[in-house]
This record gives sequence, C-alpha cells and structure tokens, in this order.
Amino acid sequence: MYPEYMAESLRKVVETRARRVELGKKPAPVYAPMNADERSAVLDGFHPDFKADARRSVRIGPNRGEILTTEVADLLESHSWLRTEQVDLSHPDIETDLLVIGGGGAGCSAALVAMKEHGIRSVIATKLRIGDANSMMSEGGMQAAVSRTDSPPRHYLDAIGGGHFENKPELVRALTEDAPAVVQWLEKLGVVWDKESDGSLQVLHGGGTSRKRMLSCRDHIGAMIMRTLMDEVRNHPDMINVKEFMPAVELILDDAGRCAGAVLYSMDSEEFFVVKAKATVIATGGFGRLHIRGFDTTNHYGATGDGLVMAYRAGAKLLYMDSVQYHPTGAAFPEQIAGFLITEKVRGAGGQPVNKDGELFVFPREPRDIEASAIIRECQQNGGGIETPSGRVGVWLDVPIIDQLNGEGYIVHQFAAHHHQFMKYKIDITKEPILIYPSLHYQNGGVEINAHCETNIPGLYVAGEASGGVHGRNRLMGNSVLDYNVFGQRAGRYAGQYASGVTLGSLTLSHLNRHEQELAEATVQTSLVTPILLPSYAPEAVKKRQLMRHHAQSLPGASVLHNRLHEESRRSGSL
Amino acid sequence: MGIAKSASAAASGGLSDPAIDRKVTVYVMGKACEVPATATIMGAIEYAGHQIIRGAGCREGYCGACATIYRMSGDYKIRTGLACTTMVEEGMVLAQIPSVPAEKVVYDIEKLKPNVSAVQQTYPVVFRCVACNTCTRSCPQDIRVMDYVQAAKRGDIAAITELSYYCVACGLCMLRCPAEITQPLVATLAKRLYGRYLSKNSPELAVRVGAVADGRYDAEYAELMALGRSALSDRYYARDTE
Ligand SMILES: Cc1cc2nc3c(=O)[nH]c(=O)nc-3n(C[C@H](O)[C@H](O)[C@H](O)COP(=O)(O)OP(=O)(O)OC[C@H]3O[C@@H](n4cnc5c(N)ncnc54)[C@H](O)[C@@H]3O)c2cc1C
Ligand code: SF4
Ligand code: SF4
Ligand code: FES
Repeated sequence: MYPEYMAESLRKVVETRARRVELGKKPAPVYAPMNADERSAVLDGFHPDFKADARRSVRIGPNRGEILTTEVADLLESHSWLRTEQVDLSHPDIETDLLVIGGGGAGCSAALVAMKEHGIRSVIATKLRIGDANSMMSEGGMQAAVSRTDSPPRHYLDAIGGGHFENKPELVRALTEDAPAVVQWLEKLGVVWDKESDGSLQVLHGGGTSRKRMLSCRDHIGAMIMRTLMDEVRNHPDMINVKEFMPAVELILDDAGRCAGAVLYSMDSEEFFVVKAKATVIATGGFGRLHIRGFDTTNHYGATGDGLVMAYRAGAKLLYMDSVQYHPTGAAFPEQIAGFLITEKVRGAGGQPVNKDGELFVFPREPRDIEASAIIRECQQNGGGIETPSGRVGVWLDVPIIDQLNGEGYIVHQFAAHHHQFMKYKIDITKEPILIYPSLHYQNGGVEINAHCETNIPGLYVAGEASGGVHGRNRLMGNSVLDYNVFGQRAGRYAGQYASGVTLGSLTLSHLNRHEQELAEATVQTSLVTPILLPSYAPEAVKKRQLMRHHAQSLPGASVLHNRLHEESRRSGSL
Repeated sequence: MGIAKSASAAASGGLSDPAIDRKVTVYVMGKACEVPATATIMGAIEYAGHQIIRGAGCREGYCGACATIYRMSGDYKIRTGLACTTMVEEGMVLAQIPSVPAEKVVYDIEKLKPNVSAVQQTYPVVFRCVACNTCTRSCPQDIRVMDYVQAAKRGDIAAITELSYYCVACGLCMLRCPAEITQPLVATLAKRLYGRYLSKNSPELAVRVGAVADGRYDAEYAELMALGRSALSDRYYARDTE
C-alpha cells in the first residue's frame, strides 16, 4: 500500500495513461531514443561509475596502474586467508580431472559438457547449496536469434552496440552464434520455453534489441534453467561430485605456472582442503554483495567477487573492471524489498517509466546504463522523482498499462512472481505502478577470456559473470543467461579437452608470497582478508560487541570473522 | 536516494531507518530478540547478530534456502514461511530449517515417458498421499501442492508443470507431509518431462541451428568483425528495429 501523500502522483499516472496507451500501440517508439551524443552526456553526468571517487588506480598485480572500480581495487589489494607454509600441498585431499568452482549456471553447464563430450569426471565446489546463485534468480529472459526475422549476426550487432563497441568480437560471435543450439540443448534437458501455439518460441523485445529475441519461461527463466541443470548434475553422482558449503579461497599452481586446482574451505567445519585438478573452471559469478557505492543489490547472498580475487592473485588479467551495471528498475518501495529486481521484461511488454507527473522522460528500452542514468537524472536533476518515507527516491514504472496493451490477465500470467510479491505489501500491480530506482546488478567485466574460456594462465578457464570481455562495459538483458550457458558449455568443452592431455608438475602456492611482497612494495596498508565469501548484515552495535579484530594479520579460522574485518576496515578508513 | 544508508540496511529490510523505530519481540531459535517491526525474518535473524550460513541464498524468494517454521506466542499452530520475504510479527517463535533431507532419484530423462509410468519408476511414494491438504496449507508460495500430487498420481505431467510452476523447492510441504512425499522433486521431474516431450517443437529452431552449423552466417560475421569502430557504430545506429 502506498502512503497517502503519493496519491496525487498516482492519480497523474492514471490520467496520462490513456494517452500513453495510444503511443504504445503505434509502431513508433513511445519516446525518442537517444543518439550517441545524448547517450554519452547522460552517462557522464549521472552514471554512478562516473562519480569522482568511484574509481581508482590499482597498485599491484597484472592490472597494476589501471583504473578500476574503487571497491574492486580494495578487494584486489587485500590479504589471503592462507599463508603458504600452512598448507601441505604434497598430499591433496581430493584429486580430479576437472575442478569447477561455483555451482551456478555456468558451473553446472561446464561439468555436464565435460562429462558428455569427454567423459571427464569433475568436482563442483560451491559456496552455498548448488543453485544458490544469480542464475536461480533471473526473471526476464535469454536472448537467442531464433525467429525468422532475426539472425545471429544481427544479434552480434545489437550486443556489440549495447556494449559501446568494446566487447571482444570473438566472444560476441561465440555468444550469438552458439545461442540457437543452446536453446535446443536446454529444451532437450527439459527446460519449458514459452511458446506460441504452433510451437515456435515466443520472443519479446529487451533493452537494446532490434529484433524480438528475448525467450522466456514466464518470469522465472532462472529457476527453470537452473533447476533443470542442477537436477541433471545430480543425475550423475558418479561423474560429478558436488561439494556444497565448500567455497574455494585460493587457486593452486604447478611449477610450470599452470593452474592445478584450489584450496577449499569448509564453512561447517572450518577446515581447508587441497584439491588437485588438471584443469580448473572459475564460475563464481558476480559481486553485487560488495554493495558498491552503497547501492542495494539484486544479487544472491554469495555474490562477493571471489573468483576475481583468486584469479588475480594467481596472475590472471582482468578486463573492464572499471564498470558496474546498475539495473534501471530495482524496487524502491516498500523498504523490505528495496533493491529487488523488477524484470526488464516489464518494459519489453510495454511497461513505461514515468515521472511523478506521469510523464515519459526516456525511451523505455534504452541499454541499461543509459536507462539507469536517465532515471537517476530524472530524480537528481529534473525533480521528477517521488520520495519514499525512508528517504529513498524513485520514479514510477507503469505496469497496469501492460494489460491495456496486451489484454486483461497478461500481467497476472506473465508476471505472476512480481504480482505475488507485491500483493504481500498490498500493492496490486495490475492496478498500481511500481516505484523503482536503479539497483546494483551485474559485474560487466571480469577475468579476461578468449572464445575457449582460456585465461592467460594455462589450465585456468573462466565462464559466466566472473569473466570479462563478452559484454564490453554494458551487458544487455538476456545476454548473461545466454553467456553462462554458451561459455559454461565452452569451458566444459575446452577445459575437458585440455584435462585429457595434461600432466601436472609439483604444486605450489608461491604466488601468494609474491602477492604479499607486492603489497609490501606498494606500501598497501590493509586489514582486509579475501575472498569475502559472505557479507555481514549485523548492525553496528552488534558488531562492536562481537569484538571485531582490527588487525587481520592474525588469520581467520574462527567463524566468518573475515566479513566483519572487511566492513570494519572500510569504516575505519584503513584501506 | 534509492541508495541504502549502509550496506546493512541494503539487504536486511531497512533496519537503519530512523523513521521506522518500532520494535517487536521475536524468539530466534528460542531466544528473545527485539527487532525492527519492518524487518523480514531474515533481517531479524541478522539483526540479532547471527551470520547465516545455511538458510539464505537468493534473499528474494526464488531459491527456497530459507525455509522457516514458526509459532505465534499463545497459538498452537505451526506456521511456515520463507525467511527472506516474510515480515516479522510480535511474538513469533522462529526456527530456520538448515537443510531438508530428501532423496533425489537418479534417472535418465531419455528413458522416461511423460506419463504415469515415469512417476511410478521414480517417485512411487506419491501414491501414498492421503489427501490431507497439509502440503497446500504449508506452502509459502500459495501453490496447490496437493493438487499437483494428485496430478502426479494420474500422470498428468502438464497439470503438475502448471500447478508447480513457481515452486521454490523450500521443502516445507515435504517436512509436513504425513505420507513422506517429496513434492518438489516430483515437480522438477514433471517440468523436465514436459519440456522434453510435451512442449511442441519449434519449426524454425532446428532450421536456425542447422544454418549456423552449415556456416551460413560466416561471411556476415567476418564482414562485421572486420569493421572499424566508427563504421560499426554507423551500422549500429542505422539498423532498423522490429
Ligand atoms: C535478480 C537477477 C535477475 C537476473 N535476470 C536476468 C535476465 O533476465 N536475463 C539475463 O540474461 N540475465 C539476468 N541476470 C544475470 C544472470 O542471471 C547472471 O549473470 C548469471 O546467472 C550468472 O551466472 P554464473 O553461473 O556466472 O554465476 P552464478 O549463477 O551467480 O553462480 C556462481 C556460483 O558460484 C558460487 N561461488 C561464489 N564464490 C565462490 C567461491 N569462492 N567458491 C565456490 N563457489 C563460489 C556462488 O555461490 C554461486 O553458486 C539476473 C541476475 C539477477 C541477480
Ligand atoms: S510446493 Fe513445497 S517445496 Fe514447493 S514452494 Fe511449496 S512448500 Fe515449498
Ligand atoms: S501433505 Fe502429503 S499426504 Fe497430505 S495431501 Fe499433501 S501430499 Fe498428500
Ligand atoms: S533466500 Fe532464497 S527463497 Fe529465501
């Protein structure tokens, strides 16, 4: 239920709706899309990445001297959980052909393909339960050029334009060219795609698409695909060994500089385990739980950028870690669900962002960074926002208009999850708009890969949100579900192939010593110990009573202290 | 500004909000805690200082990691909810379920048929259903669980798919079921069978997959990939939209 003082603004949204329905029915855009100059003006002025202290130069490692997102630079300039001499690498606890780090969509796909194409056995080590991942949460859809009016090269053009022409071309080609086969592969595994009555795949627009190519499973594509992949993984217990609540904390190399596995940490028993693996795939997903610039996030609990840290310490190069994706439409009200994602499909189906006067101020389907910046501009500069009782601000996302454009009942059927979710707070989205504001959503960059998911470290493969280059500095909706499928499968294919042929030398963690040395040489003062693994949401007063340690040189080993160290060090400004 | 005042406020239900300072008392695993009245159960547990390890995943109502059972003080009824999306109320006595034991049956989807035989081969336990409706009453997603179990007994794969579409596999129905049925596992099986066998094939999909395999787009890709940034940009902004 919206507070009384919003009634006037809500009335205006209703008032302008009839006019906006007419616009929505016409083939022309409901609002003029921005040209290249307008796009760069709104980005420069309002995108959070462009704020003064949003980025800084990183002082150590393969990207030394490069400007990165400040929180990412902090993360990279931190200490390991491990000291080299503590870990006995001579008696690995587990040996396997393929170690997959991360049990989300990319990780499960990699293990399945390595098994199916090469008969490779793997271990999936994951932080929470398998499927506790961003992959479980995607709502809107997956892009694939499957309709008659569309083609994979056209998908290529849209994706590379959306990424401001900075995407690695070979990766975009792989992404768009593999897409139709991914759709078929998933259907064969049992994914229930939304279809037209003749069996053709239902396609919708998404931000930045020039053809309708957004496939969907109502508003639950993430759960549909993730549950299918998980279930299939679990159908092969003899080939794929799933280790839950066992996150990786460091990669292991061999004496020839190849990746040779990882050290895992059991969250239950607080033991560390050495896994020796011929090939390793990092599929650890994104970093929303770093709450960059204090933003709310749409991401799952374990999205703390761990893969970046581990890969970086081992010497892998990162790409585009200066750019963060804020989803244009995070919920701004009610407070309990602030930051939750409102799927872009709402706009794909005709939903319109409007200001407090019910007026359109942006084309509803601009690429995400543009759309988000335009919403921030409308609130910060143009005074078009509505303030919430707790001091947030947002604009309306006119959802009810969708039924007027597509027919009664469309919202309840296509957006059942959102309908259910808002009903809990007595907001009926078939009748009332949703108050929205951008929310921290996606890690655009990551560990640089090529089309075989290889990194600059032999034997280390990266796939999914943890990788960088596929999307340039801006990912379009529907391209990351596609990404984790395409590159998850490719990682399994090429890592599997590599694992079949490699013989490892002796194992080492000497890169951690090198890392410590670099920190010292760059005179980095930090008490931060990473990977973060889990964020802490205890209130300040509680943290004080928990007697947080200020000096992280004494290493963890007791509960999940490192989280508190993380927050503490930020607050005390010691970074 | 749509930005949480602190990271803690971000995911725990606006707890640092000065405007909302009304508190309620809840019992986290039996221990009384004063928590903000606007918190979710998950927010309350964290407010009380617990670092959740088992019991949180997506934090938005998708993954089912946060199954919670509770009673209200003075009421005998056992209630169920998802900690991430259920609001606290005065007097809640809460316990999170760290993990719900259930045996997933290993099967080969290629060897099953989308009818009652698949159910008989994998989860014959559904035939023990006594139609007590406890599952439906305990489902935080308001799913008519008993109805999909009945559909499973008939082998109506399409009906299970439809009815269980939004199942988050929290396992609460399964814990409460007197017949020890593993409902969410049946739901996943049915959806896979539906997608694999009952959903009509797309006529153009196979054609497109074939065209890619035949290299039909190679020349066009090569041409696009050879373009310099400004030529590519011109091409992009000049493209028509459906
Ligand atoms: C709410 C939401 C909605 C979205 N909607 C869409 C959409 O409609 N369309 C679209 O294309 N994209 C969407 N996305 C993006 C997309 O879902 C993700 O980018 C994608 O699923 C990432 O897949 P992944 O396998 O790379 O990572 P994830 O699925 O996040 O999996 C990573 C896994 O690694 C685990 N992990 C993390 N650290 C470690 C460690 N140290 N050791 C071991 N395991 C670890 C995590 O716990 C997790 O299980 C959405 C994202 C969110 C959050
Ligand atoms: S059907 Fe059962 S497992 Fe699925 S959401 Fe409902 S209670 Fe949870
Ligand atoms: S709780 Fe069990 S026995 Fe009762 S209706 Fe549901 S499935 Fe049947
Ligand atoms: S944490 Fe995923 S459903 Fe609650």
